[in-house]
Amino acid sequence: MHHEVWIPPVHRDLTGGVERVQVEAATVGDVVAALDARYPGMAARLTQDGRLRPGIAVAVDGVIATRGLRQRLPTPGEIHFIPALAGG
Amino acid sequence: MTTPASPYKVIGSRPLRPDGVDKVTGRAVYGADVRLPGMLYGKVLRSPHAHARIVAIDVSAALALRGVRAVVTAQDMPAIGDKIADLGESSVNLRYTSNNLLAHDKVLYYGHAVAAVAAENIHIAEEALALIEVEYEVLPHVLDGKAAMAPDAPILLDDLRTNELGKRGDCPTNVAEHFRHQRGDLAQGFAEADVIVERTFHTATVHQGYIEPQNATALWNEDDQVLVWCSTQGAFSVQEQLAELLQIPLSRVTVTPTEIGGGFGGKINIYLEPLAALLSRKAGHRPVKLVMTRAEVLAATGPTSGSHIRVKMGARRDGVITAAEAELIYEAGAYPGSPVGAGSGVIFAPYRLNNVQVDGYDVVVNRPKAAAYRAPGGTNAVFAAETVVDELAEKLGIDPIEFRLRNAVREGDRRVDGPEYKRIGFIETLEAARNHPHYTAPLTGKHRGRGVAAGFWFNWGGKSSATATVNADGTVNLIEGSTDIGGSRASIAMQLAETLGIPYEDIRPQVVGTASVGYNDVTGGSRTTFGTGWAVYEVGQKLLEEMRVRAADYWDAPVEAVSVANGVFTHNGDAMTFRELASKLDVPVTASASVHPQSYGPGFGVHIVDVEVDVETGKVSILRYTAAQDVGKAIHPSYVEGQLQGGAAQGIGWALNEEYVYDDQGRLLNASLLDYRMPTALDLPMIDTVLVEVHNPGHPYGVRGVGEVPIVPPAAAIANAIYRAIGVRMTELPMSPARIIAAMEMSRSGQG
Repeated sequence: MHHEVWIPPVHRDLTGGVERVQVEAATVGDVVAALDARYPGMAARLTQDGRLRPGIAVAVDGVIATRGLRQRLPTPGEIHFIPALAGG
Repeated sequence: MTTPASPYKVIGSRPLRPDGVDKVTGRAVYGADVRLPGMLYGKVLRSPHAHARIVAIDVSAALALRGVRAVVTAQDMPAIGDKIADLGESSVNLRYTSNNLLAHDKVLYYGHAVAAVAAENIHIAEEALALIEVEYEVLPHVLDGKAAMAPDAPILLDDLRTNELGKRGDCPTNVAEHFRHQRGDLAQGFAEADVIVERTFHTATVHQGYIEPQNATALWNEDDQVLVWCSTQGAFSVQEQLAELLQIPLSRVTVTPTEIGGGFGGKINIYLEPLAALLSRKAGHRPVKLVMTRAEVLAATGPTSGSHIRVKMGARRDGVITAAEAELIYEAGAYPGSPVGAGSGVIFAPYRLNNVQVDGYDVVVNRPKAAAYRAPGGTNAVFAAETVVDELAEKLGIDPIEFRLRNAVREGDRRVDGPEYKRIGFIETLEAARNHPHYTAPLTGKHRGRGVAAGFWFNWGGKSSATATVNADGTVNLIEGSTDIGGSRASIAMQLAETLGIPYEDIRPQVVGTASVGYNDVTGGSRTTFGTGWAVYEVGQKLLEEMRVRAADYWDAPVEAVSVANGVFTHNGDAMTFRELASKLDVPVTASASVHPQSYGPGFGVHIVDVEVDVETGKVSILRYTAAQDVGKAIHPSYVEGQLQGGAAQGIGWALNEEYVYDDQGRLLNASLLDYRMPTALDLPMIDTVLVEVHNPGHPYGVRGVGEVPIVPPAAAIANAIYRAIGVRMTELPMSPARIIAAMEMSRSGQG
């Protein structure tokens, strides 16, 4: 499935300034793998011990995914890696 | 104008809360009320220094005191490596948490815990503290975030390296993180602007100010089961943190939450629970109770970050914002983890921006580790941004609400961090504020002014579980695990009653601990009425389906031939109410549900405030206050109004009076509610509320979180009102009498 990934500003050094990337992926894990293949070092930025890094959340079409890298992506969508946020 | 009939029977009504009588009669059991056979009393020894190396600790004299049963120091804590624990809403490095509970090699702030004592009574415990000898090597300290970023600043954590825009630095530092949100072309955006405003702001450290101090009672049993009773926003979060910090299996920790006297985010992190548990084990498996004094609460828990914020915004003559830039420096306290991430998301959230950049810095300083506080980081950020927005509107000669309307976000616009908004109600809220009589009411008299400001909060979903059982008399026991801070027993029970089609009074809610219900995330992030409400909606659906099966069995009919609506089961002309069917059940009916909904809708608020400034003393009086907010569907309107009023009251305190005051040695000078001045009823007018009900399509009943938005706009709204009263832009919180006088003098001398 085809997705548009928005690269956070802090990781655009790896993409040479590219802000949006098109990838084929069935899960968020596939997205990270596809990004890392194209921009080596991206997986290390986004993941740790096989999971999304603490403090990073992934939004799929504006909704925070609950399954991390295992989140399935059954329809074409827009993917953002954003800071996880706390509330009071 | 006619109001459409509500589709609901229970939702939208204003019933009494189930816990009300116990609370107003003093019978509700809070943590300090817990008493167990053989219980010991504990006290904590705290650092008198802001920054010092611990050379030696001698507890022998304390242990020798008659009646002392145990003393613990960091030596009793298991060694914890770097591990990030997900607390549901936020994450913490457990090594830092362990060091915060009991200082290991260094104390990092005045009030940092160093040792704890358990004794037969509190007086012996206090006496024992004085017998503990701690040898310190005092180190230079730094209290201010900007000062802590200087190259020659004292370093708090020797191993800390900056996560600089995704890359780890290689030098010791106090800057834990620098991140950035960026979109569009900032230079081009400012080039298109006809007016540009840039200002810098400073906000003081403030505390959540919950009335009930932290407390914990723990029993480390002979079979290594650890039982804990405490005041917390999340029993499961306490359980997880305890298991990690004490290095014991999760299954050996049982946490029972007592009633809670306020939290506002400050009762998510733990402080006393591991100390009580370790003392219990060391004291021969006797239960140990620890209760903080108010001075300890202020010196060693909570607060939220002080901050330095720079905001620059530009707009065209037609009132369209063309560019926005911000830099936020938040003081995290002694360990990394300020709410600068959230503040950076909140700061420009109300506005449609094509050219925007936000830089955030998380900086450690010699103050207590910051904890969440109601819309963490939002009030600071919006104080800065909404002051600049107000000034832009003024310079362009556009009404401040009209200016906001011209730039307001709507569905499909993007947040500063990228994702698109779904259905939101900011425009409806702005229009509600503009149409409120307050906005156009005459305001006469000298040194009086009216200000407005907008605010935002993300809200949250989180994980919730609940169980319900049908009783023979037709009532339903509801077992939930969400701490009830603001009336959620009622708002959750109402949603179950609505789902079942039975009266609210027939639901008997109970909040239970980790051994008695499925997992629940903390009550925080304005998630409980949304998330746990969703869980009981699913519980209700399951109960109805099972009751339908039972009705079909009773009537000897196919299930699909039985209908249920409004709490009445029908089949072929026969009818039974929920209550009647309950009395005929041969086998009990119970249902449970666990959910993790993510379709929470964010909320926006717009506040209007009238102030009067006493130009002799600098005192600001609030004359009139109105808070409008998109609240989604208001399940219990009185409690929603209460959230708006409570948030505004806390925001007013933050705006005008509250701040931590330290001496030049870094010692906290105002650790009491006499000197840390929170607003009282005498300081506040009636706070009028306007509930703008833009339903959240991502919830069965349209719920949005409501509790955090209302603390976000007050400081900015009051600053804007002060400007109109005396012609001075305030750029520092709190806007206390001394600062008002100083700002007026600066303005008169042409420096302001």
